Amino acid sequence: MSYTNLKRVDLIFDQDCNPKEIIKNTFAKNNDQIVNELLESGLKGRGGAGFPTALKWKYTAEQPEPNKYIICNADEGEPGTFKDREILFKVPQKVFGGMVVCAKVIGAKEGFLYLRGEYRFLLPELEAQLAKFHADLKDLKIDFKIKIVMGSGAYICGEESALFESMEGHRGEPRNKPPYPTVSGFRSKPTVINNVETLVYAFMICMHGARKFKELGTADSRGSKVFSISGDTPKAGIYELELGMTVEQFVDDFGDGDTKAVQVGGASGFCVPRKKFKETIIGFEGVPTGGSMMIFNSSRSMYNVLHNYLEFFEEESCGQCTPCRVGCQQLIKGIEAVKKGQKHANYLEHLQKLAQTMKITAKCGLGQSVANSFFSIVENFKEEMIY
Amino acid sequence: MPEIKELVKNLASKHGRTRESLIPILQGVIHEERYISDEAMTEIARELDISAAQVYGTATFYSFLDTQPRGKYVIRVCKTISCAMKGKNLLTQEIEDMLKIKVGETTQNKKFSLLETNCLGWCHKGPAMLVNDEAYTDLTSEKVREIINEYMKK
Repeated sequence: MSYTNLKRVDLIFDQDCNPKEIIKNTFAKNNDQIVNELLESGLKGRGGAGFPTALKWKYTAEQPEPNKYIICNADEGEPGTFKDREILFKVPQKVFGGMVVCAKVIGAKEGFLYLRGEYRFLLPELEAQLAKFHADLKDLKIDFKIKIVMGSGAYICGEESALFESMEGHRGEPRNKPPYPTVSGFRSKPTVINNVETLVYAFMICMHGARKFKELGTADSRGSKVFSISGDTPKAGIYELELGMTVEQFVDDFGDGDTKAVQVGGASGFCVPRKKFKETIIGFEGVPTGGSMMIFNSSRSMYNVLHNYLEFFEEESCGQCTPCRVGCQQLIKGIEAVKKGQKHANYLEHLQKLAQTMKITAKCGLGQSVANSFFSIVENFKEEMIY
Repeated sequence: MPEIKELVKNLASKHGRTRESLIPILQGVIHEERYISDEAMTEIARELDISAAQVYGTATFYSFLDTQPRGKYVIRVCKTISCAMKGKNLLTQEIEDMLKIKVGETTQNKKFSLLETNCLGWCHKGPAMLVNDEAYTDLTSEKVREIINEYMKK
């Protein structure tokens, strides 16, 4: 086995910078300069969906509405993802820094950080860090305040419009789109909502310029990314890696020598089987990921893996739209029936049609993405589903 | 239930009486009482001048906003795949044996509730669990016994 170590990058957790200084220097530039630098960098959202960050900021800035908001989405709930917790724990000032730069660009006076309930233990330290940040802003004569809002254990609230609903005191049920948050988000005002990691990269691009970021990655997936690595690996943990590697390179570095499959992007992502390791690129041109990488070795039953994911979705579905609410339940029942021999193996094809219907008709990303893991596991590990 | 009335009133004064304050108030009740009773929901509805159905609808959406009685210490064991692969079932079993309750139940003395929950974000250090807001990771049977014993003494 060829053993290659992938290139480690240290942009996110690098402590060798002065956030207050970066804010000061960035505020000396005009908004077009900042947006153009971000656009040039090619930074795409790090939460999973991959929308160009510069455009999100630009579209929101263009809205004539006087009240706008910047929200940091720290409702990290995707199975296998834990990098945002580490970022908030280690470099909170950079997260706040990214938010105030965005606030300058779009013209916001208020920002919010929506922290998942499972991370409430971070709150005392975050509040202390926030007080320091507010003091720095006062020194710099910048009028901007951040408030931390707590979630209460709902995966769906990581979906941006569900998050707005939750912040407004409602059930976390996603809204119809359009309108998009850039036009109508929190309190129906233009809102930028970015993942924790995205905001730190934006801030680092303000510090280093686009070039340093662009040197890393590929044309479609610029820069580096923080990966959360778990499962059957001797090196579970958080790693910042250059984008553009293949799954094979990844497995050479992080696998345990017996890797059967890698789930890229969590329960809502894609399962890559061993035979496709070589040709599959981790990034927007191949399999995108919000950072979750779960490694399975040959001792694992992929039926159990899929069953676990489906149970997750069934519980976390908000229940608002029928394809997702009923679809998740039927997919579980269906694979159980096939496994027990109560249904013929070709029933799996009916279930795949159902998953396809969910992809087309579900209201939000949760219901639409159930098909990702369902298809990629059922198609690549059919025998394990049946026998 | 004068205490609940007092608690809700204080929380509403602290967070404000708008719809946006609803979830922070519910979280405040959880912090004090570990669950949100019917009385608390009615009282919140009165304070915020919204219908009790709205309060109930919101509270029941969120898995951390319990609407049935829970113990002083709520144990939530992560059941998502990485923790499941690292032996979560053995831990749950261990806790069930120690507390003599099943998942979803509360001990007679109202001290502990045992629940399973979705991904806690500690996949690299599984199996993991929360006791109220505190996270415990890299758990083994021994470690779990120690932790629960500590809480039993409290």
